[in-house]
Amino acid sequence: MSVVVETGRPADEIPYSERGPAPLENVVAFGFWLFLLSDVVLFSGLFAAYAVLADRTAGGPDGLKLFDRGSVLLETACLLFSSFTVGLCALAIERRSPAATYLWAAVTFALGAAFLGLEVKEFLRMIDAGAAPTRSAFLSAFFTLVGTHGLHVTLGLAWLVAMMAQVVTLGFLPIVVRRLLCFILFWHALDIVWIGVFTIVYLGAR
Amino acid sequence: MLGKLTWDAIPFDQPIPLLTSLIVIVGLAAVALYTLWRGWWPYLWRDWIVTVDHKRLGIMYALLAMVMLVRGFIDALMMRSQQALAAGGNQGYLPPEHYDQIFSAHGTIMIFFVAMPFVIGLMNFVVPLQLGVRDVAFPVLNSVSFWLTASGALLVNVSLFVGEFARTGWLVYPPLSELEFSPGVGVDYYLWALQISGAGTLMTGINFTTTILKLRARGMGYGRMPMFCWTALASNLLIVAAFPILTATFALLLLDRYLGFHFFTTDGGGNAMMFVNLIWAWGHPEVYILVLPAFGIFSEVTATFSSKPLFGYRSMAAATLAICILSMLVWLHHFFTMGASANVNAFFGIMSIVIAVPTGVKVFNWLFTMYGGRIRFTAPLLWVLGFICTFVIGGMTGVLLAIPPADFVLHNSLFLVAHFHNVIIGGVLFGLFAGYMYWFPKAFGFTLHDGLGKAAFWCWLIGFYLAFMPLYWLGLMGATRRMQHYAETEWQPMMFLAMAGALVILLGIALIFVQLFVSIRDRDRRRDRTGDPWNGRTLEWSIASPPPAWNFSTLPQVEGTDAYWQMKQAGRATAHRPPYEAIHLPRNSSVGVSIAFFSSIGGFALVWHIWWLAVICFVGVLVAALAHGWIIDREVEIPASEVAAFERARQAGSAS
Amino acid sequence: MADPTRTDSTAQGQPPGLNRGQRGGILNYLTGLVFAIVLTLASFWAAETDLVYGPAVPVLLASLAVAQMGVHVVFFFHISTGPEDANNFLALAFGVFVVALVVFGSMLIMNNLDANMPSLDQIMKMQR
Repeated sequence: MSVVVETGRPADEIPYSERGPAPLENVVAFGFWLFLLSDVVLFSGLFAAYAVLADRTAGGPDGLKLFDRGSVLLETACLLFSSFTVGLCALAIERRSPAATYLWAAVTFALGAAFLGLEVKEFLRMIDAGAAPTRSAFLSAFFTLVGTHGLHVTLGLAWLVAMMAQVVTLGFLPIVVRRLLCFILFWHALDIVWIGVFTIVYLGAR
Repeated sequence: MLGKLTWDAIPFDQPIPLLTSLIVIVGLAAVALYTLWRGWWPYLWRDWIVTVDHKRLGIMYALLAMVMLVRGFIDALMMRSQQALAAGGNQGYLPPEHYDQIFSAHGTIMIFFVAMPFVIGLMNFVVPLQLGVRDVAFPVLNSVSFWLTASGALLVNVSLFVGEFARTGWLVYPPLSELEFSPGVGVDYYLWALQISGAGTLMTGINFTTTILKLRARGMGYGRMPMFCWTALASNLLIVAAFPILTATFALLLLDRYLGFHFFTTDGGGNAMMFVNLIWAWGHPEVYILVLPAFGIFSEVTATFSSKPLFGYRSMAAATLAICILSMLVWLHHFFTMGASANVNAFFGIMSIVIAVPTGVKVFNWLFTMYGGRIRFTAPLLWVLGFICTFVIGGMTGVLLAIPPADFVLHNSLFLVAHFHNVIIGGVLFGLFAGYMYWFPKAFGFTLHDGLGKAAFWCWLIGFYLAFMPLYWLGLMGATRRMQHYAETEWQPMMFLAMAGALVILLGIALIFVQLFVSIRDRDRRRDRTGDPWNGRTLEWSIASPPPAWNFSTLPQVEGTDAYWQMKQAGRATAHRPPYEAIHLPRNSSVGVSIAFFSSIGGFALVWHIWWLAVICFVGVLVAALAHGWIIDREVEIPASEVAAFERARQAGSAS
Repeated sequence: MADPTRTDSTAQGQPPGLNRGQRGGILNYLTGLVFAIVLTLASFWAAETDLVYGPAVPVLLASLAVAQMGVHVVFFFHISTGPEDANNFLALAFGVFVVALVVFGSMLIMNNLDANMPSLDQIMKMQR
């Protein structure tokens, strides 16, 4: 017997904090939640740098001149819809349906890749026009903030491919499902950061 | 092919680094070959290098810290001796470009590779045991954390032999740290070493926050956790909140240096002051990350050796959380003189003074714990008493510095240097030594020689005051920090006094190693078979010393604070009784050491601009992580019979 | 490490992202999506329009952004303020606190420094 002394209280009156160690899926999801929060703090450092350096254009171009809001709206749509489709993927995983999981993962991947494609196109256009990150502090901050978000999206897509490989080779093992749920949390978090990016960087340039 | 790396990187013309490096290399080679000859490598690999056991990782962290303490302290001796000599016409024996690297290395090593690993090591060993669980939330991640920290330490040490270290001070302020003014590899070594170890530390923060919030024994609600676990929680929350800021800020500086960006440069619109602002937004929480667990250790040691419960548990927990939040609201006090207006300076000055209040609550609670108790003056308790006097003085000089007009005079003077050493040595280091001597018997199954521990304490205490009280005086007389040479010969007597203090501290460090050596030599005589040499109050004392891999043969059910004390009062000191069940433990993993291996080489490659090697190492890290992802057999089963046999042997052993 | 035969599945609250019982399935995600689309379009409109008093636009944009982040947190992360979500919510609150400090604290401080000693960019703009 592990329980040496009975507490004598009905089970649902015992506070959550006294019910002993949490099950593994709870532990993993919470740990990943903390990681996401730490990542958001990292972005806050980059946002702070952008906010402070946004007007330091060193005589070069500023945001209003450079940004193409139409393209940004399209990117936003891609990422937002990909957040929706990854949610559908989550439901498919809950049903343990491989076909639906692959389908919605593929759609999410396509939307994420479209987002990246548009962003890379925008970066190249800006660099071509002489607005490279080495031109001014403003541009350094812009490319770093938006670029770091893009890097996260890229790593997310790579992770998605790895996860699908795991589903193919290992099936819906508990460890694979836990990782899939972490990926889904990550993908939603990227969209939340993007809300900050398009509001502060693109719509904020006035 | 090899980037910027040439034979010029090796300091053939500088005798001190050259000789030191040769001694270290020969020494390491000797140890490695001896280990090979004795056939210990398979054991070391299996039981230590690929372990995911929090107890072993904790011991390795502490070992790393002790070794780096020696390096960091040699730097200190060099600085003290240089400053004792270089007055008036005398230039001392260390040229400025060398001296600058020494004080930069001293600070970097002491904070990142002594204090942090030691604190994290103690948390690693103790927290799961106090919570009544078998391991932390993410044991494999724990191993990765340790090895990344070791990788960072390795890079800093390699910089002594190949290349140079930063000459900018331990926080590499731009514009000095920008490529324009630091074209060498020193700043790059610093940045990559700390990015790598910083990633490890962030993982630790996530790991332990999750462990403390989600993995506790049945019945152990938040109000029944040992105080060390409360302070560990606050410290790890701060790690999660603050370390990403460090990562981001260093990344911005790396972008400036490697890709020509303009975050902090003098041209292109860069703002060097932004670096100072961001780095201290990390830097202030960092010192609380270090000191909060030390406060926790003091709570444990005081209660145990006063034979009384900790006074004011709830106010202690509240004060801890208050300090956690407040520590994020004071960071501007590190740059009062940078030019903010009076209102801004006043706000941060007031917040810095306010943070002394919950700290004061804690001090009074420790005093009230001792009052009316039956006190045993063991070495761990002496460290507590030394801390209370010393840290309070340091805290008071901190409150003095928190007043902006006073800080305008004393910023970056030796007064400041004395203040932060006062609180770090008196607070963090004394706490670490107390914890080391307190928990050593639990980790190794035999006690440390108490007399030598006390001797070490007295040397540290006397040495500290001798070394740093003169610096307060000198700071008030106008002496600035980081001086390779000074014109005022009237300062020299105080510098000599400080040097004497450093030598007394050296004796203290030596005594700690002597204590360890003597205790190991006499370990059979000093064996503790009870698992509870101090008549402890918390759960770690209820299990064998050293604990079995699975910690608790039966997971405890907790009914109050000081859970083990309660069990002893109720006559249930041996809570472990049959029938036992099979126990599942996490399997060892080589992913930690593999990632660190590639990180070390990759970091070196990035420092020297050997791009092809850096890419290969990046791929190596990815492959190691992916390979680990396909390992699905993650557990080892300990059969119930083995658990039962262990407990039977323990009963027999403690009965004899 | 949790002993699987011994853990209470409700111990220490519920994990983020997992909402047993409250999950309305696809309807929940669709609702979140629609709200988010509306808020996004509103943001883009607010940045262009003349209908809103100029200096109020940044505040409006910030409010819309915060609202949309909230939509994500509630509909996609399923985080509530119930006792089973206490850890998740408190962690989020702490994260928001730190982000606000870093971003707004830095902006206030750096702005204050610039007021006392303008940057080269600011001086050049003043001279035009």
